Amino acid sequence: MKGYLSLFRIRVQSGLQYRIAAAAGIATQFAWGALRILFFKALYETNPAALPMELPALCSYIWMQQAFLAMFASWTVDKDLLDMISSGSVAYQLCRPMDLYTNWFIQSFSNRLSRMLLRCLPILLVAAFLPYPYGLLLPKSPLSFLLFLISAPLGGVTVVSLTMIVYGITFFTLDSRGFRTVIFTAADFLTGSLLPLPFFPEKIRPLVQLLPFASIQDAPLRIYTGDIAGMAALQTLALQLFWAIVMVLGGRLLMARALRNVVVQGG
Amino acid sequence: MRLYLKFLGIHVRSAMQYKSSFFATVFGQLLTSFSALLVIFFVTERYNEVGGFTYQQILLCASVVWAAFALSECFFRGFDMFPSMIGNGEFDRALLRPCNEIFLVLCSKLELTRLGRLIQAAMMLIYALPRCGVSWTLPRILVLVFMLLGGMAAFSGLFLIYAALSFFTLDGLEFMNIFTDGGREHGAYPFAVYGKPVLTLLTCIIPLACFQYWPLTWLLGQNNSLLCALAPAACFIFLIPCVLLWKFGLRHYKSTGS
Repeated sequence: MKGYLSLFRIRVQSGLQYRIAAAAGIATQFAWGALRILFFKALYETNPAALPMELPALCSYIWMQQAFLAMFASWTVDKDLLDMISSGSVAYQLCRPMDLYTNWFIQSFSNRLSRMLLRCLPILLVAAFLPYPYGLLLPKSPLSFLLFLISAPLGGVTVVSLTMIVYGITFFTLDSRGFRTVIFTAADFLTGSLLPLPFFPEKIRPLVQLLPFASIQDAPLRIYTGDIAGMAALQTLALQLFWAIVMVLGGRLLMARALRNVVVQGG
Repeated sequence: MRLYLKFLGIHVRSAMQYKSSFFATVFGQLLTSFSALLVIFFVTERYNEVGGFTYQQILLCASVVWAAFALSECFFRGFDMFPSMIGNGEFDRALLRPCNEIFLVLCSKLELTRLGRLIQAAMMLIYALPRCGVSWTLPRILVLVFMLLGGMAAFSGLFLIYAALSFFTLDGLEFMNIFTDGGREHGAYPFAVYGKPVLTLLTCIIPLACFQYWPLTWLLGQNNSLLCALAPAACFIFLIPCVLLWKFGLRHYKSTGS
């Protein structure tokens, strides 16, 4: 346990070193968020009644999404880990007295966390001071903030376990570029990164909401904005917990199977 | 030109060595733009129109932008990879060759997998052409082609700036993504949707609206000024400062020594 904890600390600290990259990232995400808000504002002006979320809540949603992008973005993979699998140096990792899944899980999680920690505060601060209705609002109630604090880590675990499954598949295929694009494109769409899930047509929305992708960022962000509250919030949390456990167990199983058959390529 | 075709042939043959990976990536690319298409569909289904443009008109706009982006990414990918070329000293080798260095960087990489996006954009265009309420005359078709070429020029210019800036920073600048990837993603809708300040910025400084919004209004008959039809020319003019910035950066170039 102590080993894993120090691994976590080392990773977070080394991630915190890349400050210039973070500054560039912040500027990009800020512009990105602003453009999205302008777009939804145009929709809002066309027909205010048809908007499935209130504009202020939607703006908060978008700012939170941008601020926590590094945590919840599905397409962040650790290139080193993929190279390790295809080059065979994963063998060294296997020699260590650490469980490979836990090791990589912590590494991915802490990489995301440190990138997020560097980026989220400036975005949240600036967004909070933007004029109403374009800025970031405080959570709907202290309760929704509390629920958000439970929901967000669950979302983080789910997204990391999704990338762990991708690593697991890479053991079988070695070159993962093709299917990685497919999985992450689907994930990008189904998590609501491209379009918030409430905007999906009513016919497919209930289904999409049940998928593990919805637990990643849709759940925590909408709990924060108060879009999901009360009983529905508890149900969402339960669903998130369910998916987090299923995805982690599934990933472990896949990894165990992959390691049983692993053939290390070359010297 | 003959030299370029030769490079082209080499890249095609090398991509064909990994056939299954190549087609999987093309398929993935197709899927990427397909999900973006679904987003447009979902939004317009709910609202019927966005900023006064119908579903088919937005498709026309999106397909032009995506096709232009796919084409320039396909051929100008070398500039996107340029920071790593400086980083590993590859560029020093290019400088030694008796050939224009822009040309050599251009030839260094060809991303054929972007064809997936191009196919998607072409299909959207074919779908949208008869349905967007434009009666297609020869001048209108010419303007459409002009938009596409202008878009290629604008995105290529942006890639060139991105590469030129890395002469100074030695590393890619994520900030440029706002205009390249952002231009593709947000450019699916006519830029006027984002309000006046954005439109002005994208007309006068980074001419993304010059090949998109302005000629589009001319095509749809919302605006009869000939200036709008010829706006994509600004994208070609935009290439001049981009090349100058590149030349300026090149003069200040110091090898990383690796």
